[in-house]
Amino acid sequence: MRNKKTKKLAFLGLCTAVTLILAYVEALLPPLWAAVPGIKMGLPNIMLLFLLYRFSVKEAAAVSLVRLFAVALLFGNIMTLAYSFAGAVLSLAVMNLLKRIDRFSMVAVSIMGGIFHNLGQVLVAILVLETAEIGYYMIVLTVTGTIAGILIGLAGYLVLKYLKQKEI
Amino acid sequence: MRKRLRNDILLIGGVLLIAAAFALIFFLTRKEGAYAAVMKNGTEIARYALSAEGEYPITDGETVTNLLVIRGGKAEIAEATCPDQICVNHRAVSKAGETIVCLPQEVVIKIVAETKNAPDMVV
Repeated sequence: MRNKKTKKLAFLGLCTAVTLILAYVEALLPPLWAAVPGIKMGLPNIMLLFLLYRFSVKEAAAVSLVRLFAVALLFGNIMTLAYSFAGAVLSLAVMNLLKRIDRFSMVAVSIMGGIFHNLGQVLVAILVLETAEIGYYMIVLTVTGTIAGILIGLAGYLVLKYLKQKEI
Repeated sequence: MRKRLRNDILLIGGVLLIAAAFALIFFLTRKEGAYAAVMKNGTEIARYALSAEGEYPITDGETVTNLLVIRGGKAEIAEATCPDQICVNHRAVSKAGETIVCLPQEVVIKIVAETKNAPDMVV
């Protein structure tokens, strides 16, 4: 029993490291479309999606939280933390809700997670900069979020498929 | 499985439809902009006519943080002191409601159409 708990803790630590690496790799990539800022693949979401399905929202939230603070400490500041926190919380909440409804595929859950991640960040930007017009970015970000969400959803599905048999 | 696919398409289709509706409203209601308003922390600190070509430095106290350039009726950020340069890479804007956001400096360039109570230049 105790051994199993330790094993899981170690595995979640490993997952946190993977999300950090994915976030770092994503930061190294050139912007996909420089004319419209904020478009990202959302690579770390592969791990969150996997954790959400393999374990539960608790494990995904824990890994996400550690990742947020680690990224803020390593590469960012308190402002970037506010943006990523809002995006992550909203995204995970929506993904968990849709998964629990159990009527949608993993790809759809991933797409909605991507869109709501964007929405959380845009909402913070509107509040911080007190400019409602920023909301128009959501039009473009919804389309790009859908495309990214499909790819991330498929990747997450494959990770889940190959790690499902492994006992953790 | 087939039912799931149908649900997926309904959900994502619905979301994209909402986005399309907003896009339609945005494109139908937008007008040519008359001014580029410089907002810092939500308050307008300067306003320049898009017809007046020129380079306008945006300062943070004494240091220049961004350089606003108005050329050919469009506004763009030509230089910025931030590391990410997102606002510099942003395309030039000219339609009312369009924005260029510089998150690190908390500067927003907002294109406005109305001419009421708008002085030519506020510095």
